[in-house]
Parts: sequence; structure tokens; C-alpha cells
Amino acid sequence: MNIIVLMKQVANKDAILRINKEATWIEEGDLSFEVSESDGYALEEALRVREKLQGEVVVCSMGPQRVKSVIKDALARGADRAIHVVGDNLGHLSPYATASALAEAIRDEKPDLVFTGLQSDDYGYGQTGVILAELLGLPHATIVIEVDASAERLRVKRELESGWYQWYTMPTPALLTIQSGISQIRYATLKGIMAAKKKEVKEVTPSAEIVDRPAHQRIARVYLPQKSKQTQLLGNGDAKAGAVELAQKLHTEARVI
Amino acid sequence: MSNGIVVFIEHRNGVLNKTSLEAVAGAQLLGSALQQEITAVVVGSDASALAQEIAAYDVAKVINAGNAKLVDYTPDGYTDAMEHVVKQLDPHLVLLPHTYLVRDFAPKLAARFGKSLISDCIRAGVADSSITFTRRIFLGKLDADVVSDGEPPVFATFQSGAYRPDQARKGNGAAVEGITVDVGEIRMTPEAPFQEVKQAVDLSKADIIVAVGRGIKSKDNLALAEKLAEALGADLAASRPICDAEWLPIDRQIGSSGQTVAPKLYVALGISGAIQHLVGMKNSGTIVAINKDPEAPIFDIADYGIVGDLFEAVPVLTEEIKKIKGAS
Repeated sequence: MNIIVLMKQVANKDAILRINKEATWIEEGDLSFEVSESDGYALEEALRVREKLQGEVVVCSMGPQRVKSVIKDALARGADRAIHVVGDNLGHLSPYATASALAEAIRDEKPDLVFTGLQSDDYGYGQTGVILAELLGLPHATIVIEVDASAERLRVKRELESGWYQWYTMPTPALLTIQSGISQIRYATLKGIMAAKKKEVKEVTPSAEIVDRPAHQRIARVYLPQKSKQTQLLGNGDAKAGAVELAQKLHTEARVI
Repeated sequence: MSNGIVVFIEHRNGVLNKTSLEAVAGAQLLGSALQQEITAVVVGSDASALAQEIAAYDVAKVINAGNAKLVDYTPDGYTDAMEHVVKQLDPHLVLLPHTYLVRDFAPKLAARFGKSLISDCIRAGVADSSITFTRRIFLGKLDADVVSDGEPPVFATFQSGAYRPDQARKGNGAAVEGITVDVGEIRMTPEAPFQEVKQAVDLSKADIIVAVGRGIKSKDNLALAEKLAEALGADLAASRPICDAEWLPIDRQIGSSGQTVAPKLYVALGISGAIQHLVGMKNSGTIVAINKDPEAPIFDIADYGIVGDLFEAVPVLTEEIKKIKGAS
């Protein structure tokens, strides 16, 4: 079972985001980056399927040279090799254009399975995987919380809303978008980190036709969300004083205790 | 010339998903502003009763797109059906509720038209007859206004809560048109939906909830939250990462994939407030947030906030509450 895992690098969850001068995106210069959370689970699930059914796990990431850190980490955790779709401004492509570039990069690999996280932690469009499945002509399932794969068939458990689930069976090759929490993510071992240095990382460049195609949607403005409520901030930086004040407010003002 | 607004109505076995009415409300607002007619579309093997139900709303027409292959939801089936409808109607705009079902097929539908969706919008406005959609990015930390420059149709989805279902205006009875749509090969076979073991904990009945998020840092620290919950007479709940890490069982999870609650008091400890969590608790009476990150989206909906270390604040809060309760 040969599996390609798509992994996106995004701003670190705890990073303080600063909006750029043009108010069209954030300042990326001094940011720290990490892998988008659900993509980490997609890799873990791919490694588990490979342990059961043999084959190869290929990680594919798109972006400038800094995404090499995501690739290296995936190789250290156990991916066999990597494809890096290189470009400096690819982050602003629409999900359709992103999926087109990824389709171009992995089509000839003829994978049995393609895994992605269900949505990225930056744009959060939640579409790239599904569009990619359409472009590659693959059946897909989204928000997958369990994978039951054998050489003969692929059965996956999908999460529905409000605590409901549903199993789907489909032929391979297929594409799955993986939900966070599907399993516990392994750490890279020292041996894995050493082995990663010898693994192949192939760089490819997306075709101009994809990158230069006029975007059908674009971000006009980025700003801090409007507050829907007037929040009373208590303690003025002193958490303990805030707690004393809060207990009083809950008692005398909100009257909930 | 592309014209009109198509709004997708979701159902399971003929039972309406109420989020669809929010999409209808959004479509009505945009329809008025753009002076465009609305066509509601119901997809299924036999959804005529639901189509009649939707005809009570103020829309120009309801299309009941039928095919025997649409008896169960599959992304292949629904994509083919909606592609057929959209090609036939040639609309300016296609609106859908941002549900798990829509997330599963709508990107595939948009891709058939060489497009992406403007997904998970929290509002939309019209100025000079062009639409600006607003969506949350970076897990709710920032908002982005998104515009569409290309040829129609524009595909967009509205997040649950973007509009209220009761905002959907009733009309004088729209015409229902039944059509048979082309559906090709369906490659996936669904089994019956099911619930994991009956939910042991029903948080929807709780008066007070203390919920913990990533900021609690380790399973051992849960004791801190438990003590606060005990002092308040509250139920303990959590955001998704805590249940993913198995620090608390999944039936304690609040949010789109867990339970939806509206207690009179909701205390969020170390929860940043990702959209998926907020949709599950934003209708709570009084919301308290304790978080070290002043930019955390949870503060946007909190009545009271403490920006600071929860490990300092929570023990003090617990003691103060005990004092107040002891005195009253």
C-alpha cells in the first residue's frame, strides 16, 4: 500500500499574529511555524497502515524552503521519502489552484491512498483534499476518524455531527481527509532523525499555468474580529486579584452563584 | 447570463437540517440586496415532502432533484446531482450551510466548475452590487473579507450561527418543481449512521459548566479544574484536544463534533476558542474566560475575562467561591 501524505506548514498556534501593512495577510518574517495539526495525524495514520500492509509513505509539502522542517520531521517519524513543491508565494493560491499544483506533483506516483488533514489551521478552507480527489479522479471520504484498510478493501469511519458516525467502503486508490485525534502521534526517535538525513527529498516546481492563472477569489482585507460582547477584563494582569474580583462579580452582578 | 441564487437544503431521510434555514436566511438577505431570485434545492430519492416544507419560505422556487441513487448521501451522488442543477439554472451564486455533509461534497462540486468554495463564512454584505464574504482565519484569531473576481457561479458556505434559522422569512408558497437528475457511478458504499455508546453524560442539561482546553497542559492539572467544578456545583467539560489526548472521555467534549450546551454559567479555562468549540457553547448565559493569550478568540464572546495564568487564578477563584457559598 503506497500512501502519499499531504502536510502543510502553518503559523505556530501560540504565535502572536501581526497583520501586514496592506492588511491582506499577516507578517510572516519573524513567525515560528509548525505542521498543521490534522496533517500530523494524517501522517501517523499513514505510518500505521504501512506497518500493517507494507509499502511506502511519501510526504508531500508545498511552500518556500522553510517547509523543509515539516518534511524533515515527517521523515524522522518514519516517512520513506518526500516531494517538496517549491515556491515562494504558493500560500496565497486558492484551494483549487493548490490542489491543481499538488495533483501535478503526485499524479505520476500512482499512490494507492492519499491522506491529508481535514483542514489547515491558517486559512481553514477544508477543501484542498476533496478538490484534489476530484482532479485525480479518486473517490474520497472526509473527516475520517478510523481507517480499516486491507489489501482487498478500504473501510473508513467518518465523523458526522453531534456524536454520530458512519462507515463507508470504497475501492482504492482513494483519498481520505483525516480528523485530529484519530490516534496518538509518535515522536521521532534519535535513530529516525539520523535515518531521515539519508532519505530522498525531491523538489518540483508547479507549472506557470497553475500559479499564474487569475484567482477567482482573493482576500481583500484582514482585521481583528469585531467583538460581539463587551468583555470585562479583571485583575489588570494580576491573575489572583482577577480571580477575587471575578468571584464577587459572579455573585453580585451576574448572580449566577 | 448567470442569474439568481441557488441555496442547498440539507436533510437526512427527509428530516431538515436546521442549518439549512440559516443558509436560506443568508440567501434572502443577499437576494434582496442583489435583486436576485432564490431557488432552494432539495436532493434525494424521494424528498417531495421536504420540498413542500421548504416551499413555505420566501423563495421563488423549490427544486426537488431526484434520482433513486440518492437514497443515501454519498459525495459522488450529491456532486453529480448538484452539478446537474447548477448547470441547468446557471446561477450567480450557490449558497450552502457549512455542515459536515456539505464539507464532504461541496468542494468537489465547485471543482467541477474550476473553482473553490468561499467556505465557512460568518457573514456576507453587498456594496455596489458586489458581495464581500467574511470568514475566520487562523482558528478564529483574525477575520478576512473575501471577494470573488471570476466568472459566476460563486460557491459559498455559511457557518452554523452566521444567521438564525428563525430569520428565514416565510412566503406565499413557492412552486415546487420535481426534476430527475443524472447521477453517474457511485464508488462508495455507506453503512447506517450510528452513535457510539449512548452518551453517558448529557451536558446540555447542566446549569454550570467548567471547561478545560489545551492551556491546562497536563492530565494531572485537571484536578485544579475538578476542584473549581466541585465548588461551583458544575459539570466538567473540555475542548477537543483534551478529549483527543484522552485526558477526558469524548462524552465531555463541547463543540461541533461534541455536545452543544447553553448553561447559565460557562467557565472556559485555557481554551483559546476555535470556531469548532465556540459553536458548541456561545449561547451560554454568562461566559467566563481565563487565558494567558489576550488575543484568544474566546475573549470575543466572554462576559468576564482574566488575561493571565490559570494556575494562579483558578485556586484563588475556587477558594473565593467556597467563601461566598459558605456565607450565603
